[in-house]
Amino acid sequence: MSEINISYNPSLSPFALALSRESRQDVNACFQCRKCAVGCPVAFAMDLTPTQIIHAARLGLEDMVLSSRTIWLCASCQTCTTRCPQGVDIARVMDAARIVAMKKGLKPSVKSAKRFFYTAVKNIRRFGRMYELGLIMGLKLKSGEFTKDMKLGMEMFRKGKIKLVPSFKGMRDTRRIYRAVKKEESR
Amino acid sequence: MSYAYYPGCSLHSTAEEYDKSFRKVCSGLGIELEEVSNWICCGSSPAHATSHLLSIALPVHNLSLVEKSGRNEVVVPCAACFSRFKFALYEMERDGELSRKVNEVVGCDFGGKVNVIHPLEILSAKTAIARSKVVRDLSFIKAVCYYGCLLTRPPQVMKFDACEYPMSMDNVLRSVGVDTLDWSYKTECCGASLALSETGIVVKLVGELLAEAKRAGANAVAVACPLCHANLDTRQAEAEALKGEKFGIPVFYFTELIGLALGYGQKELGLDKHIVSVEPYLSSLRGGV
Repeated sequence: MSEINISYNPSLSPFALALSRESRQDVNACFQCRKCAVGCPVAFAMDLTPTQIIHAARLGLEDMVLSSRTIWLCASCQTCTTRCPQGVDIARVMDAARIVAMKKGLKPSVKSAKRFFYTAVKNIRRFGRMYELGLIMGLKLKSGEFTKDMKLGMEMFRKGKIKLVPSFKGMRDTRRIYRAVKKEESR
Repeated sequence: MSYAYYPGCSLHSTAEEYDKSFRKVCSGLGIELEEVSNWICCGSSPAHATSHLLSIALPVHNLSLVEKSGRNEVVVPCAACFSRFKFALYEMERDGELSRKVNEVVGCDFGGKVNVIHPLEILSAKTAIARSKVVRDLSFIKAVCYYGCLLTRPPQVMKFDACEYPMSMDNVLRSVGVDTLDWSYKTECCGASLALSETGIVVKLVGELLAEAKRAGANAVAVACPLCHANLDTRQAEAEALKGEKFGIPVFYFTELIGLALGYGQKELGLDKHIVSVEPYLSSLRGGV
């Protein structure tokens, strides 16, 4: 009987490499203490805990990481990063996983979160400063949830918390910087 | 004393009362603020979730504006902006390759000689003067100070107060006569920008925070972050419905409370902009507001 030869070196998996290049983090430092999972305020809504994401990344399980809800639900609160005894910046790994997933053209598992990030980042490019009303309307158009938070929105508007007109200040600078970033990243 | 001032997008819109009250408190304590001209958005969470280079380039552009204006200190009240500025300084200092790329895309030559400070740092050094200027008794306010995620975390980047159990806001508020309480949720997360995508998560976290504040015996929450304020204030009714429990706990920027103690009026401080009304609460203030 021949044994199956599992010659598997996680550090050589192309996915682990791509993720560590984007995050500048060495996930192999993780010793699975689960402090990140225990402290995560959003873990209750995730499909995999942050610890499981890091472990899957070490094993090169690309699909498991990139199709998880976890990478999109991370609120970037920095609790995991702060508490990791091995110095792994886990929140940065979550950002990196989102970026790698988008570069690969994958469908995000939490559409609303991806929609928020990309609509907001475009909003900043266009106006120089975040135009909140534009952002909210943009999200409504894309999600189709027109009535969501309508009452709250009206009350905030009445109290002058939402500005009607964008500022446009600095928009030349943001456009220039975005163009240069895109050029640099396509190299 | 005079500082460059970066308000950030929120303080020009949804968190206008944070801007108003901070400016009032500064003028009352003889602190001058000069707004950075032509500042742009710091990129906040959407930038770091989509491009690392962009997330450092946007704050560096603003920092280089401060540097070019000949100043070496900028005060940043929004916890998210404060975090992004500190991350930018941290990475520019440590990562030579990134620093070169950032300078290239921004079109600057940032020397890294700008100190990013939070209003709490300035006011912590002014507690004696603040105490001497108190004209209103706020001792009926039992506040829990809610620092949120980004002011203190991660500590090697933020270098601000104790990361798990900070005290700077407590000490500043106590100096003007506000009673602040111990509680264990000082640096828990409110769900931040998930409010605009997965709102249910934020409502659950807000419910837990407010229930804990109530258990601690608080009749107010003091915050230093526009997103914490928005979530605790605007989602409070939904959190009450979810928990089946009435909170009715007003959420103040810590600068609003200092402003009240120093004698400024409700409108001047922007207290009329809150969703959870502070009016019935403040009518108990001696001398009225």
